[in-house]
Amino acid sequence: MGSTGEGLGRRDLIKRSAALGLISVPTMSFLSACASGGEGTTKGPDKGVVSKENPFGLAKGGKLDVVIFKGGFGDDYAKAWEAAFDKKWGTTSSHLATQEIAAKLQPRFNAGNPPDVLNDSGAQMIKIDVLAKGGQLADLTALLDSPSLDDPTRKVRDTLIPGTVEQGSQGGKFVALNYVYTVFGLWYSGKLFKEKGWTEPKTWDEFLAVCAKAKEAGIGGLAHQGKYPYYINVVIMDLIAKKGGLEAMKAIDNLAPNAFEGNPAALAAVEAVYEVVEKGYLMPGTNGLTHTESQTAWNQYKAAFIPSGSWLENEQLKQTPEDFDMKFLPVPVLADSKLPFTAIRAGANEAFVVPEKAANKAGGLEFLRSMLSREWSTLFAQQANSLTVVKDGVDPGVKLRPGTQSAVAAVKAAGADTFNYLYPDWYSEMDSDIQNASNELMAQRIQPKEWIKRAQAAVDKAAKDPNAKNNHRS
Amino acid sequence: MSQVARRRGRTTGFIAGFLVLPLALYLTFVIWPYVQTFGYSFTNWSGQSPTFDFVGLENYSALMDDEVFRGALWHNLLLLVFVPVITILLALFFAFMVNAGGRSGAGGVRGVRGSAFYKIVYFFPQVLSLAILAVLFGAVYRSDEGGLLNGLLSWAGLVDPARPVEWLNDPDLVLWCLLLVVVWHGVGFYLVLFSAAMQSVPRDIYEAALLDGAGRAQTFLRVTLPLLWDSVQTSAVYLGIAAMDMFVLVSTMTSGQFGGGPDHHSEVMATVLMRNFLYFGKSGYACAMGVVMLVLTMILSIVTLRATRRERIEF
Repeated sequence: MGSTGEGLGRRDLIKRSAALGLISVPTMSFLSACASGGEGTTKGPDKGVVSKENPFGLAKGGKLDVVIFKGGFGDDYAKAWEAAFDKKWGTTSSHLATQEIAAKLQPRFNAGNPPDVLNDSGAQMIKIDVLAKGGQLADLTALLDSPSLDDPTRKVRDTLIPGTVEQGSQGGKFVALNYVYTVFGLWYSGKLFKEKGWTEPKTWDEFLAVCAKAKEAGIGGLAHQGKYPYYINVVIMDLIAKKGGLEAMKAIDNLAPNAFEGNPAALAAVEAVYEVVEKGYLMPGTNGLTHTESQTAWNQYKAAFIPSGSWLENEQLKQTPEDFDMKFLPVPVLADSKLPFTAIRAGANEAFVVPEKAANKAGGLEFLRSMLSREWSTLFAQQANSLTVVKDGVDPGVKLRPGTQSAVAAVKAAGADTFNYLYPDWYSEMDSDIQNASNELMAQRIQPKEWIKRAQAAVDKAAKDPNAKNNHRS
Repeated sequence: MSQVARRRGRTTGFIAGFLVLPLALYLTFVIWPYVQTFGYSFTNWSGQSPTFDFVGLENYSALMDDEVFRGALWHNLLLLVFVPVITILLALFFAFMVNAGGRSGAGGVRGVRGSAFYKIVYFFPQVLSLAILAVLFGAVYRSDEGGLLNGLLSWAGLVDPARPVEWLNDPDLVLWCLLLVVVWHGVGFYLVLFSAAMQSVPRDIYEAALLDGAGRAQTFLRVTLPLLWDSVQTSAVYLGIAAMDMFVLVSTMTSGQFGGGPDHHSEVMATVLMRNFLYFGKSGYACAMGVVMLVLTMILSIVTLRATRRERIEF
């Protein structure tokens, strides 16, 4: 055996191909993703007649290409919508439900053949700021000014919950319809609290007291989704907004040089969260758990509180015991807070967009207009256990689950006292840096002062982003 | 034209016919993306739009100052040393024990008792895909009492259940935890590879060594290893590929967008690249990283092949 001296021996061949593989394999899978297609040519579809019933001039019998993120809400609601749409307009809808939004859609955006409607959401979404910056999103202002399907005398704009337009605007242009109305805060089990005789805490001191009692009872006070520090940031940022008022929140979104550093509200908020860690009120191991792991542990009564948005109930549907009695709690307030306890972070998410280069743009806009009708909104609430941005958009006859019910009550109690951060949509990198700092804080590897320093550094870095010029809230 | 020449011409055409299609595919799907990547690395392409500006070497100079990328590079180099060395040493040891480690019985050279069974057991991890491994070891390293390791350790009284070890959330442990998964996955395959090579070594060599009074260690170092050098070299190159990649494991098992957490302590070049490419919308910058990765891997593969070159032993 061995090489024969002529040509390539078997082992040489293996070795050489392996060497070639060493060069190509690790890089190739990523680099080939870099390859973009050529610019596609978009051919305009047939135009229908523009009328009050058909404000975008949708031609009957065309095609509609819909891509839905198949996450916590499933995709049954979208199938029901598409069927209704096809029936009304005689269109043929193609339906793609996926979690891999970026992988599937990025090549299509680059090649100039995006779908007509895209639900851009989930962990692998394409960031809206990035899409908008690249001029890939259609201006949805025409949608806002079109007549509502329920009441043609009203504009669609007037049927939306306040904040929807602001939330979906990039650089002053309304490009994304965030469809699901979400409230953020802490959650607990009504059953557990009743059994133990605990009451709903309204101040941070009361919150710590419940955590202390939980610890005595042998369970964790606060659980959080440690692998995704996004969730603990809800608590930190809400405490800042409540303590320092809307000004403190806007300072962060507007990348103020004193957004964190030199802002007493920020330091007080971070110190308050750190106290939970220091006193050992965290559920053991929670810092390393995924969202489903920690939420399931919380469903098994291993912790009193967990932070999350109002999608939690639908997400945990299978793991939640029948008598769990899920309850929403606005983040409790620190002493001398500018906003009341009832104030909540609330906003629209689950972005639906119409790409600028969509083959059937009129169809996409009409689809979005239909989504904002009471009929489609009710359909969504039934299928996905969540509220939409349509004002009073759910038929009163629909019975809601306890968590959603308590969230609705909280929304009513909050009244006009709602707030919402925009920096995660505007500055992905800053968001990611602050999340890293929070992970370190919760693991007790850094102190509150260091967290403030790192968060400010992230803000200062984002301020250098050329995009920072376009984003400003007042 | 002579009969032979005509036949040769026909053969050339026949071979060329086979080569055209693969070559075209290779150029389109391997070489062309590289060329494109190189071009994009000089732009501020966002990855979501066909429009971008030329920015010259800006991406490369930014890369020099990028602490996260430098950290990732360092982790890749650490893995590049440890993954091949540990995997090959373990695989060699097990392969030797399975094939030539046993001493009892007539004839001398054989594996330890039950070696056929061991071979199957060792090879088993290779059958699992990396995605399954990530889930499996996610359960092993789980940071509360529900994790296999934490459960065992707290049962044995070595860990306080109120303060479980957060394996993948501990900056000092996370990289080693990942290393263990790769080694666990690889050892079986290389064991089988080395076993095959050992079985092709003529028995009389072992018997001669045995008659000369060589012990197990001597047999291994003086006989087995030199005869296996080609296979070891190939393995080192293959394991180098695994160590330079690591994307699937790191991105699924650790925290952060595309993994790399906690606080960049498990970052590898591929995860930093992907985060910039898909999440931060800095695709031009990510392409510059891709080019750096390409250059580094090219240098490394040349060095590996040169450094391990030895005189071939004929048998």
